[in-house]
Amino acid sequence: MKADVSTSGPPLVELKGISKRYGDLLANDGIDLSIEPGEIHALLGENGAGKSTLVKILYGVIEPSAGEIRWEGRPVTIGSPVEARVLGLGMVFQHFSLFDEMTVAENIAVALSEDWSLATVRSRLSEISRTYGLALDADRAVWTLSAGERQRIEIVRCLLQNPRLLILDEPTSVLTPQEAEHLFGTLDKLSAEGCSILYISHKLEEVRRLCRRATILRAGRVVATIDPRAKTAREIAALMVGNEVGEIRSDAPHVPQGEVLRISHLNMPPAGLHGIPLKDINLVARAGEVVGIAGVAGNGQSELFAALSGERLADRADAITIAGRACGSIGIDGRRRLSAAFVPEERLGHAAAPSHRLSENTLISHAATEVSRSGFILLSAAKRLARTIIKSFDVRTPEGDPQARKLSGGNLQKFVIGREIIRKPKLLIVDQPTWGVDAGAARLIRQALVDLAREGSAVVVVSQDLDELFEVADQMTVIHQGHLSPLKPIGEWTKEAVGLEMLGVAQAPGGAHAV
Amino acid sequence: MRFELSPRTTVSPVARALAPVAAFATAFLIAGFVIWLMGRSPIAAFDVYVLQPLSDPWSLQELLVKATPLALIAIGLSYCFRASLWNIGAEGQYVMGAILGGWLALKTHGTDAGFWVLPLMLLLGVIGGALYGLIPAVLKTRFGVNEILTSLMLVYVAQLTLDYLARGPWRDPKGFNFPQSVTFDPAATLPPIMEGSRVNYGTVFAVIAVIVTAIVLGRTLFGYRLKLTGDAPRAARFAGFSSKATTMAVFAISGGLAGLAGIVEVSGQIGQLQPSISPGYGFTAITVAFLGRLNPLGILIAALVLALTFIGGESAQILLKLPLDLTQAFQGILLLCVLAADALVSYRIRLVTRGGGK
Repeated sequence: MKADVSTSGPPLVELKGISKRYGDLLANDGIDLSIEPGEIHALLGENGAGKSTLVKILYGVIEPSAGEIRWEGRPVTIGSPVEARVLGLGMVFQHFSLFDEMTVAENIAVALSEDWSLATVRSRLSEISRTYGLALDADRAVWTLSAGERQRIEIVRCLLQNPRLLILDEPTSVLTPQEAEHLFGTLDKLSAEGCSILYISHKLEEVRRLCRRATILRAGRVVATIDPRAKTAREIAALMVGNEVGEIRSDAPHVPQGEVLRISHLNMPPAGLHGIPLKDINLVARAGEVVGIAGVAGNGQSELFAALSGERLADRADAITIAGRACGSIGIDGRRRLSAAFVPEERLGHAAAPSHRLSENTLISHAATEVSRSGFILLSAAKRLARTIIKSFDVRTPEGDPQARKLSGGNLQKFVIGREIIRKPKLLIVDQPTWGVDAGAARLIRQALVDLAREGSAVVVVSQDLDELFEVADQMTVIHQGHLSPLKPIGEWTKEAVGLEMLGVAQAPGGAHAV
Repeated sequence: MRFELSPRTTVSPVARALAPVAAFATAFLIAGFVIWLMGRSPIAAFDVYVLQPLSDPWSLQELLVKATPLALIAIGLSYCFRASLWNIGAEGQYVMGAILGGWLALKTHGTDAGFWVLPLMLLLGVIGGALYGLIPAVLKTRFGVNEILTSLMLVYVAQLTLDYLARGPWRDPKGFNFPQSVTFDPAATLPPIMEGSRVNYGTVFAVIAVIVTAIVLGRTLFGYRLKLTGDAPRAARFAGFSSKATTMAVFAISGGLAGLAGIVEVSGQIGQLQPSISPGYGFTAITVAFLGRLNPLGILIAALVLALTFIGGESAQILLKLPLDLTQAFQGILLLCVLAADALVSYRIRLVTRGGGK
């Protein structure tokens, strides 16, 4: 692979000693990175390792505190994304910036300079679609498209400007395995044509599939630049995390007991214009087991969570039964009193109030905890509870009782999950438990979920991370377009089968639930 | 070239404490400049606006008289504003409280109705204000109508209703055609705290409201509910707090307290219904609430400060021939300075020049 690096001429882009300081925090600390023409270079690291900061510096969104950027050997200053694009950089963000109501062509046209007419956009769009296998219908409204198709718009938008370097931030987080494979094909083709790619991810398998060089960041520094194919996934993970990654262990075997949650024929219209309706959902979760719900984002997971938590009520009381009580028409407080606990996907703003202290945030699940009495807040009890959660779940805090927003993603997630687990609920429903969480925290959280189930609770885990579900779940189902596939023991699932269910093209052996 | 606000990583508590002082100093400088432009001496104006009222016993009493409705209304508004619900119509709720409470005073006029008239009037004042405050709340929760617009527009409806009543059906037939009602009976008059004083029991109500609110907002689940609804509405729903119920509750509370202020003013100070019963207390109370940082004790202090501008404004009219509009302008300047100072404590201004990276 050294051959690539030593090709004639300077690297396309070279970062030298890039540092970025935010107050006391050094987000980037003397980072060196170089990308050759046509190279697919991976940027690996946990959340908070400094990947986003580095990429934002490269794309001109923020300016570095120190260091130098060289573009084809000559030093440049990238003052804004506009300048970055002029230079030949294109970026596909993790979160799309598209107008739902507008068509594909319109969405592309608005992002380009004024001398692009809609007609030229259309013709170039079909040309690029053909060349790179990025099938897109120019006249479809964006809200009718899947996440994978939306991502294609973003990519095409970049390609129209003939970038020399394409930056992709966690591009597969919203894709099915099949869609991801398709994306890899496109990227290979681009690379073969000489376009460099900076690929940001924390999914090791993808990086090994695509890249020959990977730069690994930890705590703002480059810890290694490696050939990912020459190392095992465990070795790479160890470089990212800084110590060996242990496996989730479960001493007791899975012994399902009584039924804790039953969903029967749950139907729910979408909440908003572009929501997903829930269609005839049936599911049973027993004490002592973890039930996994896989699926690509935006297939009704948040709708299902709202229906289960009671943030939205079902039209029939018996659509949802918790601990033997029909509670489809009982709100979230009532369900908490039935010893159910909930952890939503969004940590900041949904599970916790960003500007409130952790002790105040314990009040959010007040209906089931001893932090208030006859309408009055028991402040010292709340503080004590917060301290206990911090200690039991290894929550690293900058001070004793900090505001929720001062915690890193992983630590806050440990706190909000700990807040629910600490009262030993009979039923725990958690949506994306380790989304955007570093590997250490993810491991602790998964272990806590498994332990809770082994102690006799029912745990329902909604997740987009298949590896996670294969690790923790005893039974698994897949949600697609608001409908659940049949529940099967985890041993009976293969990744391919899950992928097909995620796409909605699976044919059950009996042919019973083809979509 | 453009300005950018970026959040500060750490907010110094000293800066936070000094922000109101800086805001006042800036507001005085701007107002002084305006007065200078109008050809008067800013120093003399400062003396008339601030120093004289504070050194004269009569003015000090008057300060309490004017601060009472401001504090009552602003305390009520703090419930709304904490939950990020924008009741701009306290002036209208104040007027409706006065109308409904005043109605009983007029009904019982000339009869030998006893001690129950006054408590009932106060209660009707609260109910009138609360019901009137609930109109924007219902429109918001049922139909999603913006509460800022409806509550504001309802102010004019209330004011014109009072205008009509005072000039029409409720006018004193023996009042030489002046647009005002009969003078309330002693049974319908809120008595002063001390004989001969202008300060009446309304001031006591305001102090009670401050204490109760301090407990409710700081120590109860309801108080936390408002804070959570204001700071993180999704988390509030997740906590099981219905946003509709919250909206109704805070509009009823703030309307009720504004209505109480209205009936207290009419039965304690004015003594009759007339087309105008407020120099804009309901609007100034918005400034009071923010100047007091939505903190009950802070609101009490802010009410006294804003009351000072009313009194100073009156003397400035007489002594310096400065228009009353200047007082309102000053209140507006002060609110802007307070909000700007608060923003600058939490954010830093950065001048971004076009394309300049370094």
